[in-house]
Formats: sequence, structure tokens, C-alpha cells
Amino acid sequence: MASLKELRNRIASVKATQKITKAMQMVAAAKLRRAQEAAEAARPYSTRMAAVLANISQAVADGGDAPALMTGTGKSDVHLLVVATADRGLAGAFNSQIARFARDHARKLIAEGKTVKIFTVGKKGNDILRREFASLIVEKVELREVKQIGFTNAEAIARRVIEMFNAGEFDVCTLFYSEFKSVISQVPTAQQIIPASLPAVAGAVSGTNGAVYEYEPDPAEILNDLIPRNISVQIFRALLENVAGEMGAKMSAMDNATRNAGDMINRLTITYNRQRQAQITKELIEIISGAEAL
Amino acid sequence: MAEPYKFELVSPERLLVSESVESIVIPATEGEMTVMANHSPVMTTIKPGIVTVKTVSGKEDRYVVYGGFADILPDTCTLLAESATHIDTLDKADITARVERARADIGSAPDDHARTRAEEFLHHLSALGDAV
Repeated sequence: MASLKELRNRIASVKATQKITKAMQMVAAAKLRRAQEAAEAARPYSTRMAAVLANISQAVADGGDAPALMTGTGKSDVHLLVVATADRGLAGAFNSQIARFARDHARKLIAEGKTVKIFTVGKKGNDILRREFASLIVEKVELREVKQIGFTNAEAIARRVIEMFNAGEFDVCTLFYSEFKSVISQVPTAQQIIPASLPAVAGAVSGTNGAVYEYEPDPAEILNDLIPRNISVQIFRALLENVAGEMGAKMSAMDNATRNAGDMINRLTITYNRQRQAQITKELIEIISGAEAL
Repeated sequence: MAEPYKFELVSPERLLVSESVESIVIPATEGEMTVMANHSPVMTTIKPGIVTVKTVSGKEDRYVVYGGFADILPDTCTLLAESATHIDTLDKADITARVERARADIGSAPDDHARTRAEEFLHHLSALGDAV
């Protein structure tokens, strides 16, 4: 049985830990709100981009002159998996969830006899995937220094991916990230970005009221410009969702930790009080029995 | 009095402008164009330049954009800018940095086509730098 002093120390240290987790929870809550706002602000661009893209791709599809980024190489032998995770831990199962999802996907592709290459964004995903696929990781990016994810971060990643595609290093590119459903629920998601999986064209047609566009310069040229930009936008969106998800996961993980610490303090306090009482009783018995013996 | 016309300027990070305007001047790749209500549908790429927005109340606002797209319809115009700032909050150093990056891009261009494009981009960018 631990001594009273040990118990006191233990209670003090758990209390200190609880204070830290409580503070982390509050920080995560504040960051979550900011991340959600950022994700909200980015939404108009991506929805309009999707509409424009659907529209123009239809025009180009008629001409049959779509860029390779959209149609792909026609093969699916080499897969590039872009796995976006957070750079920091202490967010519950957030990072491992994404990594596990990507790993299962990679295993499946390997079993099918495809070649897999992995591009990790974020330190944690790299740490986890390195254990099994160290030789497959071709590129990694860490965004640890970045305070607020900006479009330029996403653009840099997109540029690298496109470079690799142009160099013929892969045929299909899939982006892994965590979709932010709510504070307590983040769903790992896979999204194919090359060749582009286009949103349903139906929405675009209603948006333009069936108007016939003039294109300046010609549609193929615009599309050539638009597709890489769309990839940046997709990655940007994924990164923002990830940040929001990370903060949500961290918030609930830290909430749990705070609660657990509270329970632990209660339990320890009870043990401490019992033991103190036992000691008092023991001393009393000793005094009384000593007095009786006289 | 011209008809009010809905204009939106969106950058990936946020929605900058969404209001009723009288006319907008867009730096399209094939030359500047003024857009007003009932314009025929056009989709165009834009070069780095200045977008001038004339609101219904007659106020003029100027924004610097660094490339993007304009989706013009008879009743709305949406400008998807890669990055955009109001001219008042413009940072000169930012333009200089972009010019330098564009120069580096020319150096690393893999083929003639890409180089021509990069050079064009640099040209527009420096023209913009001189303008502001």
C-alpha cells in the first residue's frame, strides 16, 4: 500500500495533468472554430470551381481534346497515394484512422499486382506508414511550421504531384484525408484526383440555364489551366477538412482525458482519506491499549 | 442608369466581394473587357492585373488579382481568382516576390510551350507591378 505522502504526490501530479489536458481542450476548441471558419470560407470557391469545371469539360468532351490530367494515362498500373494527416499527435485515433485506411488501400492495390507510391503530408502519417511501406514513400511534406494553412501550401503540393504525373511516375492519384462530419465524427475518405472524377454534369447545366458559352481562349486551353488549379483546390479543401477534423478529434480526446483525470483524482482521494482514517484509528488503538496495559 | 448586375470575386481562401454592381473591368487574357448586365455568356482566363468594380452607388473599387477565371453570364459574373487583394491592402513586396518566382519558373520550364507561358505570366506581372 502506498504511503500517505506518495498518495498526496500522486494526486498533485494527476491534478497538474488534468490542468494541462483541460487547457489543451480549450485551445483545440478555439482552433476548431477558426478551422471551421476557414473551411466555410473556402467553400464558395470550390463549389463554383466544380460548376465551371463540369460545364467546360462538357464543352471539351464534345471536341474530344481533354488534357491528360483529366483523362489519365489510360492505365492504372502505378498508384500514387497522397496521405494527408496532422503533424501533431494527442488527437485520439485521428491520425491512425487515416493511416490505417490508406494502408488497407495500399495493401489491396499491392495484392492486385499494382505498384504503389506514397506521398505523405503531415508528420504523423509518415511515421505510421514508414513502418510498413518505408521503401514506397517517395515524397513527404510537413506543415508543422505553418500556422494557418493557406492556398499556397496546397498549391506547392499540387505542383509536385503534377510534376510527378508529367514525368510519368504514376497513372492514378488518390488523396486520403479525413472528412469533417462533426466534432465527434471524422470519416477517413479517399478521393481520386487524377484522372479527375468530375461532379455530375447535370448541376452545371441548370446553373447556366442551358446558355451557350463563348470561350476565350478556346475551351481546351482553359481546361489545361483549370485542371491543375482544381487539383490545388481539392488538396486545399482536404487540408482544411483535416485541420478541422484534427482539432475536433483533439478536443474530444482531451475532454476524455480531463474526465479520466477527474475520475482518477476522485478514486485517489477516497483511498487517501481511507488510509488517513486507518492510520488515525491505528494510533488511537495503540494509545488506548497502551493506557489499558498500565 | 445601367441595370444592377451581380458580381462575385472569390479566392480559394474566401469570398471577397459579392454585391450588385454597374460594371466590372476584367483583365482577360485576350485583353481587358468591361462586363455589364446582359453580357453574353463567356468563360475566360484572366491574367494578373487590376479588376475595377463600379458599384451601383457609383463607388469604384479596385482589386489586384493574380490570374484565374471569369465565368460571365447575363445576370451574374463570377471571378475565380487564384489570389486577390484589395488595392488598398496591397503589399508591394508580395508582387516582387511573385515576379521573382515567375522568373525562376521560366528557368525551370521543361519545354518551349511552358516557357512561353511562364514568360507571358512574368510580363503581365511586371506590367502590374509598374501600374501600382
